[in-house]
Amino acid sequence: MMAGVILVFSVAALMQFFVSYCRSLIAASSRRALSPDVQDVIGIERGAKGEDFERVMQFLHLCPERREDRNGIQAIGAYFRLLGAVGKTLGTLLPSLRVWTELERSQCAYFVAVALDRRIAYSRDMLADQMSA
Amino acid sequence: MPGPLEYSIWFLGALFEAAVVVCSLLRGPFRRYFTLNLYMSMSFLVTLGRYFVFTKHGLTSPEYTYFYYYSDAILTICLYFALMGLYAIVFEELQAALRLRVFMMLLLIGTTLFSYSVVHQSEARMLTHYIVEISQNLYFVGLVLTYVLWAALLKLHESRVRVIQIVLSLGVYFSINAANYALHNAYPNLRVIWEYLPPVAGMLLPVAWIYAFMRFDEEARLTPARLAVVPR
Repeated sequence: MMAGVILVFSVAALMQFFVSYCRSLIAASSRRALSPDVQDVIGIERGAKGEDFERVMQFLHLCPERREDRNGIQAIGAYFRLLGAVGKTLGTLLPSLRVWTELERSQCAYFVAVALDRRIAYSRDMLADQMSA
Repeated sequence: MPGPLEYSIWFLGALFEAAVVVCSLLRGPFRRYFTLNLYMSMSFLVTLGRYFVFTKHGLTSPEYTYFYYYSDAILTICLYFALMGLYAIVFEELQAALRLRVFMMLLLIGTTLFSYSVVHQSEARMLTHYIVEISQNLYFVGLVLTYVLWAALLKLHESRVRVIQIVLSLGVYFSINAANYALHNAYPNLRVIWEYLPPVAGMLLPVAWIYAFMRFDEEARLTPARLAVVPR
């Protein structure tokens, strides 16, 4: 009985902590504007949409990886899939939840767009270093 | 015998634990987050100790089982100290850190005494059942304390990204472990789940802390209202 109560409470707390953690990652990058080059490449100017996520991820995989970004991107990828599952299941019963998950998914897409922007800048710096050497 | 996956998780876990302390020293917040670094150092040493006992006695030996569960209980207590350090950082402006520390110490002693009384009554079966219950209780109290700290962060409109991310990742870690031990207690046959979750969670916590130390300065801030799951 006690174990069951702890299990239920822990899983609920886990979901809440995980969602808040992902939101803290997103919030930290949401104020950053995308560079014009990245806006041209991915076709996002200010706000992204949830459906942009996979496309931006494909661009992201084409760029050399930055170690400091990797974990954040993986966490947001998991969060994005979780939101998709919630939107498709519970979202059909609760329209407001579906709207919320879609909004969150669009912010996930913006997060990866900012990560792409950083990776492109990082690649350019690396190339410039090699050229100067 | 552990396979390549288990060895990789083990090795990476130890590597990340050491990396937290190194990153913290490099970026400067070592003294400010001393209790967190103390926990990571202890965790690293315990991982080395577990590996030593494992190579000497084997995975299924009573020596390894005793060492595993007792070292886990000690690490949980170290994690309480880390949590206390976080409380002190969050409440430093309210001058309430001392009272909070006393309260948390009393809570820790209470949990230990409660668990000890349970163990004392059934000493013979301690490892088969009750040690799991002790760990479950310790992690659950840790989870509740982290939840209270998170609520306080929201209430106080705490905006320091680093503090927020450290607290939230600690919450994830406590939740996974409390749920895992409860699952172990309730469904001992689900070995596939409860054997793998703690090492994976033990790997994620240092990764999240490394990210928080390396990616953000102490003064990096965000809007706290964006973090609440229910919009405010």
